[in-house]
Amino acid sequence: MNTTVVSDAVVADANTSASPLLVVEDLHTSFSIPRGEVKAVRGVSFELEQGKTLGVVGESGSGKTVLARSIMRLNLGNNVTTTGSAKFRGLSILDQPPKSMRQLWGNEMAMVFQDPMTALNPLVKIGRQVTEHVRHHLGISKKEARSLAIDLLNEVRIPEPESRLDSYPHELSGGMRQRICIAIALACEPTLLFADEPTTALDVTVQHQILNLLNREQETRDMAMVLVTHDLGVVAGRTDETMVMYAGNVVEKTSTHELFNNMQHPYTEALFRSIPKTSERSHTRLTAIAGRPPDLIDPPTGCSFSPRCPYVQPKCREEKPPLIPVNDGSHLSSCWFPVGTEENKAAFRKNVAEGLPQTLVVEEALTDNSNEGSES
Amino acid sequence: MAGSGKAHLRSEDETLIRVEDLVVEYDVPGGETVKAVSGISFDIKAGETLGLVGESGCGKSTTGKALIQLPKPTSGSVKHKLVELTGLSSEAMRRRRTDLQMIFQDPISSLNPLRKVEDIVAEPMKIWGPKDKTEQKEMVDNILDSVGIDPEQARGKMPHEFSGGQCQRISIARSLILDPEVLICDEPVSALDVSMQAQILNLLEDLKKKYHLTLIFIAHDLAVVKNISDKVAVMYLGKLCEVAQSDELYERPVHPYSKLLLDSCPEPDPSITIDKAVSDDDELPSPINPPSGCRFRTRCPFATEICSSEEPQMQEVRPDHYVACHHPLV
Repeated sequence: MNTTVVSDAVVADANTSASPLLVVEDLHTSFSIPRGEVKAVRGVSFELEQGKTLGVVGESGSGKTVLARSIMRLNLGNNVTTTGSAKFRGLSILDQPPKSMRQLWGNEMAMVFQDPMTALNPLVKIGRQVTEHVRHHLGISKKEARSLAIDLLNEVRIPEPESRLDSYPHELSGGMRQRICIAIALACEPTLLFADEPTTALDVTVQHQILNLLNREQETRDMAMVLVTHDLGVVAGRTDETMVMYAGNVVEKTSTHELFNNMQHPYTEALFRSIPKTSERSHTRLTAIAGRPPDLIDPPTGCSFSPRCPYVQPKCREEKPPLIPVNDGSHLSSCWFPVGTEENKAAFRKNVAEGLPQTLVVEEALTDNSNEGSES
Repeated sequence: MAGSGKAHLRSEDETLIRVEDLVVEYDVPGGETVKAVSGISFDIKAGETLGLVGESGCGKSTTGKALIQLPKPTSGSVKHKLVELTGLSSEAMRRRRTDLQMIFQDPISSLNPLRKVEDIVAEPMKIWGPKDKTEQKEMVDNILDSVGIDPEQARGKMPHEFSGGQCQRISIARSLILDPEVLICDEPVSALDVSMQAQILNLLEDLKKKYHLTLIFIAHDLAVVKNISDKVAVMYLGKLCEVAQSDELYERPVHPYSKLLLDSCPEPDPSITIDKAVSDDDELPSPINPPSGCRFRTRCPFATEICSSEEPQMQEVRPDHYVACHHPLV
């Protein structure tokens, strides 16, 4: 497929190779509902270079999907407010009228959604869904579009693509539908792909294949990818950088390798500790995160993780920690008592002595597991 | 996998639940039959946790439901404390179900949205429990407290006022109020966030000790199944592939399907190299017309002629480690 990039005019000459593909600065998104203002994204900044992958991790309600949708300008409705800046190839996306966004969607930036069952129109055959936007952007004939669709389906490894073009979505399995969604997203060769929990609804074996497919396409097309997921296991081997979000804020951001080897933020550590791992013995006590994510209408003052943090100190409840570099400079974390430091250990001992419930939970699991380890 | 056989069963008087040659089939329009479960056998000792793991469509939920005769299996035997459940009258089965309880995947839709929490949890007692209202209330409070829900606050609230994790706690409370022996957990944490998932898994471990429960834990997440189970049975397309102690199975899987599942499981460790080969979409074959012989042969890299002609039987490859495969990875 060759692309005539219709949106070149829109993107204009801002496409200088020196600046990153996507620059997001101090992005805020909120939704007004009868009860108040839900502050879903509260000041997120990051940069993404061409051909790189960024993992965005957090619990539900941490704002990761809203962030992706804000950059894509897909948060519809009169109650949404987005402020800050998002520059794609130097073009300020948030200021674009919807008409210009239509030139960017599919063509320059595309998205793969969580649920492949509902992302496709149940009443329209696969063939038309794969090529609809291609015909819009590239202005090709029906016949050309059909042969392009066959190429695409081949590329995402769907057997017998020709006959599949005439199928309806309900005739395909979940994994195959997600492959179709990927084909749709890739059809116009975008330079930026958002994958919003692309495998959460799928079985492990299918998840593995879909992630491999996304990885390969991202590499061969030199496409930038934002992989949104709640699963640390998914980002581990597949992203260059990882950003951990909590209550609408970025709490830690660094290269994926560094993140797993040198966690700084207590939330990242808590998230990691709470997942069962196949490398651990059965009946290993999990260190659950106490409590629930905060109410985003009235988020806590100070650090938003403080009500659940095992290392919490009075300072954390009063003053919000800034997202600042630790040691090497590219590793950012926002915590007054980073994991592994002496201050952190002292805070933990103090909280154990005071009997803080969320600290005792961690203490209990740690002792429980070390006992089991010595027995076996 | 995709095999039959009973070599892995223990002696009958040791076990609390014993399932033999369980078959569940559904008729679908067009005169066809979905062979959801095709002759599986397993047993569970009192106090044990058995994990049933497999992809969607492998029949693991159907197996869980067939244990409590909802619906009655097409054929085969399900014994609870040596009593054959398939032969019981509906009334006798109704009485026995107080010992066999179930919790489901979606905690929110499994609670009636129009009723208060106290009524939801007390419902089983209205039929089977003490008739005294004060005693009922006390029991509800106790059970809510032991699943980590504050009875004072929760009693008069409706399910929509709780998060998914809390709703799952409430449905666990409801299932435990009659003090059952066996709790069948059908994907109880799949709809929950990782932090809620850890809380519920820990809670189930605690309740198991406190109430001397026997658990059947059905899930597709291998790490979750390993964490909670003593013994794990891997299912594929209505058949059992491999049965072993949890740690043993994950350390040394011998069935090619178990190996495939384990290799696909995303590990939160960036130093592990992932096999990133892109493969064709290989779907689960249809359970209406499953492959002959070993049902896994269409996706198995080791399949040979014998796999299509002969169904593998359960055999012991190591002490207490059973596999149904013609070419086990030993």
